Amino acid sequence: MMRGALSMIRLVGGTARDLAPIVVIVAFFQLVVIQQPFADLTRIAFGLLFVMVGLAVFIQGLEMALFPVGEALAGAFARKGSVVWLLLFSFGLGFGTTIAEPALIAVTDEAAVAMASAGAIANADDAKAGYALALRYTVAVAVGLSLVIGVVRILKGWPIHWLIISGYGLVVALTAFAPAEIIGIAYDSGGVTTSTITVPLVTALGVGLATVIRGRNPLIDGFGLIAFASLGPIIFVLFFGIVS
Amino acid sequence: MIAPDWLSVIARTLGGTILDVLPIIFILGFFQLVVLRQKIPNPGRMIAGFAYVVIGLALFLIGLEQALFPLGKELARQLTDPEFLGLGRVGGPLAWGDYYWVYIFAAAIGFATTIAEPALIAVSIKAGKVSGGTIGPWGLRLAVAAGVAISLAVGSFRIVTGTPLYLYMIAGYFLVIVQTFFAPKLIVPLAYDSGGVTTSTVTVPLVAALGLGLASTVPDRSPLLDGFGLIALASLFPMITVMGYAQITAWLSARRPRSIDRQRQRQDPER
Repeated sequence: MMRGALSMIRLVGGTARDLAPIVVIVAFFQLVVIQQPFADLTRIAFGLLFVMVGLAVFIQGLEMALFPVGEALAGAFARKGSVVWLLLFSFGLGFGTTIAEPALIAVTDEAAVAMASAGAIANADDAKAGYALALRYTVAVAVGLSLVIGVVRILKGWPIHWLIISGYGLVVALTAFAPAEIIGIAYDSGGVTTSTITVPLVTALGVGLATVIRGRNPLIDGFGLIAFASLGPIIFVLFFGIVS
Repeated sequence: MIAPDWLSVIARTLGGTILDVLPIIFILGFFQLVVLRQKIPNPGRMIAGFAYVVIGLALFLIGLEQALFPLGKELARQLTDPEFLGLGRVGGPLAWGDYYWVYIFAAAIGFATTIAEPALIAVSIKAGKVSGGTIGPWGLRLAVAAGVAISLAVGSFRIVTGTPLYLYMIAGYFLVIVQTFFAPKLIVPLAYDSGGVTTSTVTVPLVAALGLGLASTVPDRSPLLDGFGLIALASLFPMITVMGYAQITAWLSARRPRSIDRQRQRQDPER
């Protein structure tokens, strides 16, 4: 118990180092550049304390739950030897974590409003809601399929750079054809889909798979799932913008 | 006096984080118990770990929303204010050079927020372990942070000058492709991943505030069309800096053994 408390204190202290740059920079701009005192110093101090403790507790949970779960599942699927279930799991993980993501809901609602004001869809509530929902499903399916492709790559040992480079080539090409309003939303959706909880889990899954499959290198084959998950939605949303 | 306010914020954030985790728990549970038909190993520790993740993330977000985001957004608003930039004094249209504080602020805040990004911390811990320490967690985090810093400074410059985004994207991706073939093979997947990791919890809200502030201050810019470019660039440049970091360390370590050999020769002339 004592040792746990001690290691926790050390962890909280460690996060002070992570946050020091933010504190220094905000203080410098506030006091030196803009030359204004801080409005509510107690509130800021409390907020910083929350951030430090929160980060420390999160990292602890990472090592206790998210990393081991990802690795254990990778091992279990490899032992079961069923590729179909593994791919279904990958799709489910990508789709499930994305469809309910609050940041994505915000982005798609915003997109519907922008499209309505641009005259691309009818300016009625049900038309906008339908558009937002269709866009949300598009992104969620895209993340699911991207993880499936990423996992297949690990299984087959395909080199990652051909897939990613051609993917980005496609993005650049589609950007030229897609309506201007959808482009920003497409790039944004690539960013919002990789949430803080999904990233460690997916990373552990990829590294775990590359560790248990013979002939794969965890560093070369294990990483890369996040790259697929943030590239896929951009391509799908650009397509969505061109088709709709 | 602040207690009730904080309590409702805590309840709301905690609820939101639990909603975030629920689909993951559901999917994990379904596959673990129904498909794989396995008992969960060490269930107590696992449940505690998930509780840690939820509570930690909630506390982290509360702290950000209560203290750091309002400050950062206010700074972004003030630094892009025409009056602060000297429009009030001079009265003429601003040249791109007049926004220099904006570029410096964009780079600094991009660097600082990336260092504190939990998803990046997770990936760098994993990379450090998998590589047996050859990819240091701090080296990776600093490289990614430098990438975000450059991208935000360049992105602000782009919004101010109004040059088209695709020019920057194409130039950036060209560099990524070239580096892919020359960088050490081990770093390439990690570099690609770091592009997606950066645009997460901490960075996106501040970047959005900066883009919005700039786009509404600079004449003839649309917040919708110009604001997003920052995020697109922020997922591009870290790939370049991470591969660059690996290229530099590989180059340095290729030089080091030679100098050690030379030292050894000096000490041991018979060899």
